Amino acid sequence: MRHATRRTVGGALTSLTGLAALLIVGMLAVILLDVIRGGAGHVTWQFLSEPPSDGMMGGGIFPALYGTAALTLLMTLAVMPVGVLTAVYLHEYAPPDSRLARWVRVAIVNLAGVPSIVFGLFGLGFFIHFVGGSLDRALGYQELHWAQPGLLWASLTLAVLTLPVVIVATEEALRAVPLDHRTASLALGATQSQTLVRVVLPGALPGILTGAVLAVSRGAGEVAPILFTGAAYFLPELPSSLSSQFMHLGYHTYVLATQSPDVEATRPLLYATVLVLLMLTFALNLVAVVIRTRTRRKAANAQ
Amino acid sequence: MDRDAVMQQGLAETMAVPRLSPAARRRQLREKAIAGFVTAMAFTGIAALVLIIVFVAKEALDLFLDAHAREEASLSKMFLAQPTRPGKPLAFLWQPVSSVPKVSMIPLFIGTLKTTLVSMLVAVPVGVAAALFAAEFAPRRMRELLKPVIELLAGIPSVVLGFFALMVLATFLQDTFGFTYRLNAVVAGLGLALAIVPVIFTVSEDALTAVPRSYREASLALGATPWETAWKVVLPAAAPGILAACVLGFGRAIGETMIVLMASGNAAIVSANLGDSVRSLSATIAAEMGEVVVGSPHYSLLFFIGVELFIFTFILNMLASAWTRRVLKKLTGGAA
Repeated sequence: MRHATRRTVGGALTSLTGLAALLIVGMLAVILLDVIRGGAGHVTWQFLSEPPSDGMMGGGIFPALYGTAALTLLMTLAVMPVGVLTAVYLHEYAPPDSRLARWVRVAIVNLAGVPSIVFGLFGLGFFIHFVGGSLDRALGYQELHWAQPGLLWASLTLAVLTLPVVIVATEEALRAVPLDHRTASLALGATQSQTLVRVVLPGALPGILTGAVLAVSRGAGEVAPILFTGAAYFLPELPSSLSSQFMHLGYHTYVLATQSPDVEATRPLLYATVLVLLMLTFALNLVAVVIRTRTRRKAANAQ
Repeated sequence: MDRDAVMQQGLAETMAVPRLSPAARRRQLREKAIAGFVTAMAFTGIAALVLIIVFVAKEALDLFLDAHAREEASLSKMFLAQPTRPGKPLAFLWQPVSSVPKVSMIPLFIGTLKTTLVSMLVAVPVGVAAALFAAEFAPRRMRELLKPVIELLAGIPSVVLGFFALMVLATFLQDTFGFTYRLNAVVAGLGLALAIVPVIFTVSEDALTAVPRSYREASLALGATPWETAWKVVLPAAAPGILAACVLGFGRAIGETMIVLMASGNAAIVSANLGDSVRSLSATIAAEMGEVVVGSPHYSLLFFIGVELFIFTFILNMLASAWTRRVLKKLTGGAA
């Protein structure tokens, strides 16, 4: 083949790959535009601050917002210490070629790949029936108290689900802290734990926050794990204790989209709910992307 | 080398072991305790994975231990064709709550395969091509914009993608192709494709950028065009990584629940037609767990499906990480 034809064919195929990239971006734009067009008019202060009414055909989403916030807050409290310390072990404490570290990494990669519905089954089988059942027996409750779906169990299930997110982000953040900082601190006589707390962790803080933000974003959007661990179809009052059920934005979306007796009547509510959920996760992801880009640049400069 | 070792040994022998003050010893002990605590926390990840499989399997175990469940849902009833009514041919049916429960998993397997197949057919070419574009052809500026945008797509909750497939894609596809059923394997598969394209893109792009510059420079110096370099040199070098990307996407598509639950129609039908409604393994768990009696054979059956999903994705993940490691080893080890 002549060089010119080879170039033309190559150029054509190159633009095809460009088209593929454009297609992905285009689909994202279509989803966004559709949700904004359908929902923007209905997201009002009233919608955000009122409970649903008229058998889910009217009112707002306040209990769902509150439930999502409570759920992700508890999840973050549970997952951050464990996730950060695991990453600290992997990057700071594990001896090189440590077998334990390798096993931990394998477990985390696989944990990240477990389907979210299996996490739901795990939450039901482990937290509710096993831990909750044992608690009820130990504390002498006659009727079910802990051995039923509730806020605590749902948030712990999500904490297990988001553990890999936090570990991966934290490890990347630790990698971005220059080795010199550690050696300088150790040379001044600081112990390993003092170095960790006063030098390494502050340096890695932006990256660790990225992990937290990504975990919250993931946790706020996941529905499958909470289907049978605590999400409620409709609850006018807010969850009052760790064992009460709660409403959730994602689950509310699912309910409105699939179980409504009158699709046309709920459509504005559905679109507005999706818009709120989408804006929430996008805002969180955007924050994470911005922090991460800055950390990466700093890491590149440090090396 | 040897002399150093000897010298070190000599030093260690001649140097007196320093006596630690009580404060220093306390400090040492505290350091040990902290290191032990951090190490113990690292077990959480392993423990979580083990607990997941143990407790999901535990609830499924009744299928094999309980006499009533064994009769109602034996392995042959799950996987072989069963008589339905006298005079009718043998069939695969999933009707776990009828008076005579029929618990064939075959319709669910077929449903999962159909949606996954559609999603892979779309997501693999698009994802890999876009990754090739980002890694090889895009100007730096565009690449730096493209990656966060696709990360945003990855950040969309699956329930929103399910909503989009259900409300928008389904209507659009029915109007365009005239499907008999509004919700079918194609709609669910395209919804799934939206969820797995970011996975395939990200992992493929990582594999492509790991290919050393020297490969490209050598190819271009020999007179190959940029396309030929990308297609015949870079892509083959990164092939295991791209395979890993596809396997990861496949695993994600098998386990994804909300999209399929919302957009597939949820009818357990055995057919080869992609336009029919389907019911996947994951959606079956999500749809039926709410109404099931705890401890019944049906309940154990749903956990058994969970075990199957866990095992499938576990195998796929191990394959993917083995291939990713291989491409990294080949590329970085080969260059050094």
